[in-house]
Amino acid sequence: MSTDQDIYAGASETTDGKVFTVTGQDWDSIAQGLAEDGEERIVVNMGPQHPSTHGVLRLILELEGETVTEARCGIGYLHTGIEKNMEYRSWVQGVTFCTRMDYLSPFFNEMTYVLGVEKLLDIEDQIPEKAEVMRVLLMELNRISSHLVCIATGGMEIGALTVMTIGFRERELVLDLFELITGLRMNHAFIRPGGVAQDLPPGALDEIRAFIALMKKRLPEYAALCNANPIFKGRLVDVGVLDLEGCLALGLTGPPLRAAGYPWDLRKTQPYSGYETYDFDVQTWDTADSYGRFRVRLAEMWESLKIIEQAAERLAKMEGAPVMVADKKVAWPSQLSIGSDGMGNSLDHIRHIMGESMEGLIHHFKLVTEGFRVPAGQAYVPIESPRGELGAHVVSDGGTRPFRAHFRDPSFTNLQATSVMSEGGMVADVIVAIASIDPVMGGVDR
Amino acid sequence: MSDKTPEQPAVDQSPENVPAPVGQSVHQVGERQGMFGVSGTGDTSGYGGLTSAILYPGPAQRPYGGWYDDVADALTAATLGAGAQHAVESVVIHRGEITFHVRREDIVAVMRALRDDPALRFELCSGVSGVHYPDDAGRELHAVYHLLSMTHNRRIRVEVSVPDADPHLPSTVAIYPTNDWHERETYDMFGLIFDGHPALTRILMPDDWPGHPQRKDYPLGGIPVEYKGGTIPPPDQRRSYN
Repeated sequence: MSTDQDIYAGASETTDGKVFTVTGQDWDSIAQGLAEDGEERIVVNMGPQHPSTHGVLRLILELEGETVTEARCGIGYLHTGIEKNMEYRSWVQGVTFCTRMDYLSPFFNEMTYVLGVEKLLDIEDQIPEKAEVMRVLLMELNRISSHLVCIATGGMEIGALTVMTIGFRERELVLDLFELITGLRMNHAFIRPGGVAQDLPPGALDEIRAFIALMKKRLPEYAALCNANPIFKGRLVDVGVLDLEGCLALGLTGPPLRAAGYPWDLRKTQPYSGYETYDFDVQTWDTADSYGRFRVRLAEMWESLKIIEQAAERLAKMEGAPVMVADKKVAWPSQLSIGSDGMGNSLDHIRHIMGESMEGLIHHFKLVTEGFRVPAGQAYVPIESPRGELGAHVVSDGGTRPFRAHFRDPSFTNLQATSVMSEGGMVADVIVAIASIDPVMGGVDR
Repeated sequence: MSDKTPEQPAVDQSPENVPAPVGQSVHQVGERQGMFGVSGTGDTSGYGGLTSAILYPGPAQRPYGGWYDDVADALTAATLGAGAQHAVESVVIHRGEITFHVRREDIVAVMRALRDDPALRFELCSGVSGVHYPDDAGRELHAVYHLLSMTHNRRIRVEVSVPDADPHLPSTVAIYPTNDWHERETYDMFGLIFDGHPALTRILMPDDWPGHPQRKDYPLGGIPVEYKGGTIPPPDQRRSYN
């Protein structure tokens, strides 16, 4: 079979007109075919596999020449039933699932779920301070890595490849820190109901301080490359405009809302995890366009760096402090430590349950297999993820498993603005508009 | 065993010793069997015959305290003007979150009041979340809306319950356009039909998918996995506790 035939595309004639299967470098055949019919209107099916659609996003664009007259999104290609799966695992195991949704901001997924569970358990006041600070530290590191990917891929899509290479270079540093602290580069399942899974490993604070120092040198590079770059501005300024009214109607939060000039940041307005005790500013811009969103993200990375600096300072004074709630009915039986074989066992704990205490063994077994019960009710504790308001609607029926966990993912909500942002513009601007929303399909489809 | 309640002469003689009433009322949805909720294999704990009710927090009584009363008063006043004075069936306050249970025929009027009334001003709707309570007879399917007032910095929850036999409720897309995709998702996952939605089609599942996966009567699916001679059943068929 020849490569220019798509076996899945069906017939090349429909009631709506001619069908062209595009495989690259064959624009002439389309232009010729259209010229024969004198047709100006084409419907382009872009994606789901396309390098500039941020994962498996399908765009259906109706074009008049190069102007987009209608733009619609087709989503669901990455739907993995995470919310349904969570209903069949214990409350602690739920973290392992939700961390995989928005894979660029795993700690935020874990955090909003865990905050909901803790609210239902009514143990919000018992979370150790060190756990709170570690959560803040990890979330802010994560905000930097997420914004870096957004800026990097956004740059790549408009041909600014250096922005992409330096963006991923710095993101790698953050992932190294994640690996050091949690053991994994993504899918951490590190924030657990009651605290965090493990204490900081030795040497982590030094690495974090070195990272802060390095980032202070590297972040200005982005500003120098992009902020006043005429090509960069030419592609981003006045593209994908959505004003404050539009943002609120369509439910957009995060950088798009702040780029419209409204300083709404849940870390400031409805603080959680002790954010009210950190010194940082909410960054805004007043143009409501893609350029404004870029500038907001760039400025937010500086603010995150400020928070990380303060968190590291606090952690230095909290060596040996607990990182898990004292309630043994909720906390995992032991604080695991990495042994010489790299496995996360605690030999002291194994000696205790296997040699000394039958009750300890039973307790361990029950807590790990059956899990703890969470009082019946529902909770919704949203947090400020890099993309906006991320919230988990957690419902319990008093059992050992979530009765329902629904995630209000900002990528899902914000992606609805694609039509408004790109209709009437050029087809090349659709890519810029979507990049400025920064959708992560893992979060959109869940 | 007698079915008479035990006599309590001490209570009759000294009424001051009557136990205080439970502060919060409860709402029963189904019950749990046995000690661990195990099904299939036997409950060997000796508590296999135990039956415990699944109790959700019940309606709260006035005064609710804090700004809850302000919101409730403003909502009552605003819905009165819209001719929907019986819109709110009950108000539940649990863990510092307030939930208004609203009759489905009044949801549009209530949402409009919540968005537009200067004393309410819930500008942002954080979407719709469906919940399926198969044991809540006559109110099996719930649509849960989380609203945020940025002006007053308040959050409330609005909940609409509909029977499984008639899963219709009015769409709120005209008031909160953001609910467009959220309502499609809730339809896709639960089969809730939002009347008046501009294009209520599936969004996450394929267009020709049968059934609504997040409903409790929809199986999780999965296949048994063989490993070194042993077979591990899919997650929904393993021994589990609940």
